[in-house]
Amino acid sequence: MRRRAAIARLLLGGAATLVLVAASDARGQSRLHEQNLSGTPLIAAAADLKFALDEVIAQFRHDTGQRVRVTYGSSGNLARQIAQGAPFELFLSADERYVQWLADRHLTRGDGELYAIGRIVIFAPFDSPLRPDAQLSHLARRLSDGTAGRLAIANPEHAPYGRAAEQALRSLGLWEATRPHLVLGENVAQAAQFAASGNADGGLIAHSLALAPELRGRGSYALIPESLHEPLRQRMVLLVGASPAAERFYEYLRSPAGRGILAGYGFAIPGE
Amino acid sequence: MDWTALTLSIRLGLLTVVLLLPLAFVLARWLAFGRFRGRGFVEALVALPLILPPTVLGYYLLVAFGRASPLGQAFEAALGHPLVFSFEGLLLASLLVNLPFAVQPMQNALAAIPPNLRDAARCCGLSPLATIRRVELPLALPGIATAAVLTFAHTLGEFGVVLMVGGSIPGETRTIAIAIYDRVQAFDEASAGVMALVLLTLSLLALGITNTLARRMVHRH
Repeated sequence: MRRRAAIARLLLGGAATLVLVAASDARGQSRLHEQNLSGTPLIAAAADLKFALDEVIAQFRHDTGQRVRVTYGSSGNLARQIAQGAPFELFLSADERYVQWLADRHLTRGDGELYAIGRIVIFAPFDSPLRPDAQLSHLARRLSDGTAGRLAIANPEHAPYGRAAEQALRSLGLWEATRPHLVLGENVAQAAQFAASGNADGGLIAHSLALAPELRGRGSYALIPESLHEPLRQRMVLLVGASPAAERFYEYLRSPAGRGILAGYGFAIPGE
Repeated sequence: MDWTALTLSIRLGLLTVVLLLPLAFVLARWLAFGRFRGRGFVEALVALPLILPPTVLGYYLLVAFGRASPLGQAFEAALGHPLVFSFEGLLLASLLVNLPFAVQPMQNALAAIPPNLRDAARCCGLSPLATIRRVELPLALPGIATAAVLTFAHTLGEFGVVLMVGGSIPGETRTIAIAIYDRVQAFDEASAGVMALVLLTLSLLALGITNTLARRMVHRH
């Protein structure tokens, strides 16, 4: 009987704690709900924008007091999620073909706007045996003498920066030799994390990520010539059901303030 | 530390426990006392999430509840938004993946009740409901508590299914396990480290409680 009383006490205590947590949590939820009502727009953004867009969002909040929620991922995955009904209001793609794909399905407001042209770099941590150079000649040498380690790129199947990396390697005739050495990130930010953590010799990643303070302190990079891959034409578009707050953020991205921050992350800004 | 993600995970865990335990109790009772053909098959179905890759479940959920499916369209009509990439979708996924964690401890506890006790209750004129309330529930209490703790802790840690049907939307589907993955990709190791420690502590605590309860159950017999 004593044991049963002890268990009953334990359960009662546990239940009381759960109710308390649930109650405080319900308050938290209603706060979140109020934020939703006042409009915290939800943005889907290509992973190459991870640090650049965080800065735009911080500046936007500083200038307007408006908060913005963002989910980063590969453009292909995000487009698929939008088509499956994910409640995003604005989509910043790293490849305009995904915007067109969504527009064909009547999920966008118009065709949106080209907001940036991206570039890729070869990045290597400071202690890596791989030395970054624009023509990937050191990588080619390490591949031919059998000393090459792992190379991180984004998954070319659904990540535009992965596709550009594959095209650059093909242009240089290195694709077949590199393939056994590749590690694929779900998106280019994960590829950058693989490349910079020291778990790979390096990687082919977005210039915008290599310029972020989080990566600058970890390694060096070389810009890969634009001629080696198709241009990374990054297009953004408001989605059906976008709130006025999402529209304001879209306009902010087109303003000199928004463009200035993107330019600081190595993007070429169309129309300038 | 992503507090929104932590509260979201706790809310998901609590709702899963509250909704799943009564259902699981009925199922556990049926499996513990029922003598019927195909019991082994039902038990295998219940245990399936233990070994089924979460991505397989995530895939089937996308197929079954996606926009193209009749079920998905029915949910969209009822909720006003699609089931996938929503909190409700995560809750449904969570109810499914936690089935074995909720059913098995309760089934074991119920099966351990000496049959003569239930017979005696019936002889004394207790109705089936009164037998459940006054004999089975009190005796199965450690099993029920174990089921609750395991379900809650496991919900906090679920990753694969959430990644596939959730989409990492802040305040909606970004659970703490997903937030850790996101923070690592953002080179925010400090934040990822704190959240990983929170999950590690909670998991250890859950196992500690479960083991204590299991010992009590053994001592009684």
